[in-house]
Amino acid sequence: MTTDLVLLAVLMFAVTYPTRALGLLTPGLDRLPKAAFDYLQLVGPAVLAALAAVSVMVVVDDDDVPAFHVGIEWVAVLACLAIVAWRRNLFLGLVVAVAIVVIAREVGLAALPA
Amino acid sequence: MSAVGFGFVYGLSAREAGFSVVEAMAMSTIVFAGAAQFAAVGYVASGVAWPAIVLLTALLNARHLLYSAALAPWLRDVPIARRAVMAHLLTDEAFALAISHFRRIGRADERGYWFGAFVSTFIPWNLATLAGVLLGAQIPDPARLGIDVIFPAAMIGLAVGLITGRRELVAAIVGGGIAVVVALASSPAIGIVTGGIFGPAIGLLVPAAIAAETAPLGTLESADRYLMPDSHVHTDLDPPTEPPAGTPPAP
Repeated sequence: MTTDLVLLAVLMFAVTYPTRALGLLTPGLDRLPKAAFDYLQLVGPAVLAALAAVSVMVVVDDDDVPAFHVGIEWVAVLACLAIVAWRRNLFLGLVVAVAIVVIAREVGLAALPA
Repeated sequence: MSAVGFGFVYGLSAREAGFSVVEAMAMSTIVFAGAAQFAAVGYVASGVAWPAIVLLTALLNARHLLYSAALAPWLRDVPIARRAVMAHLLTDEAFALAISHFRRIGRADERGYWFGAFVSTFIPWNLATLAGVLLGAQIPDPARLGIDVIFPAAMIGLAVGLITGRRELVAAIVGGGIAVVVALASSPAIGIVTGGIFGPAIGLLVPAAIAAETAPLGTLESADRYLMPDSHVHTDLDPPTEPPAGTPPAP
């Protein structure tokens, strides 16, 4: 059993904990420069969207060459997006996304990922 | 409930990405930040270098600074040692539960914070992670069960949850677009980092239409973002409500 990523978890903690503790433990440090505040507000959506987009639209072949990918995963992810936007229920969105992919692959409408 | 379901999915995704039980649990106990943990699964699977992962984690979790600043006035009387532990449990969910509870009762409630952050979130999240990563190991063909789509679907769902105005929307769309273009031209890892850094920069070019979109956490203008569904905090930004035609004037 590998434990290499435990160190990564510790490093991630090292940059996460201060953001959680600074305001609670250091009263008065509750004001960021407005530009920094505005930027940080936007990082979450951008990073998460980047991860999702690359995950469904880019595949890497055996020679490490990236290529554009179109597949049932697009439909599944868009369905999840719509459900979360509509119902604010992420778990339901995930269930529907998985169901779409499973059914499409079972009936032969989509291929299994390489 | 959401911590259970989402923690379980995180465990499955971590297992799918090659995390061992110890590694997946280390993330859930030590980092304890759902979005960053899911992102780390993607980073590791995409081959992103550790320094970049740490940088992106810092950016992604920087919003917690805003949460702790918003809670600080409520919890200033709690001993500092307990506040230090409380800080580790300060997630999106814990903040939303605590701030809405404090506002509802009009004062801080330390026991309520512990219940929301530890009993309702930390414990279920970690138990569900363990269940997900253990059960994931028993699944012979994860792709047949659609587990490979859980990660991108979870990412886009989390992104939707963070979009509270047009700036966030533009940052997400542009970040995703840049990421794909750069990923195709170089590698997925570089694409993700580039999209995550430049998407917000483009989003900042969009003028904020109303103050509620960008008001600092803890202010009345921002409060609606963190209230329970179907509730609303009235602010000076609310349009004045006109009485229906024919309504007699108040005495």
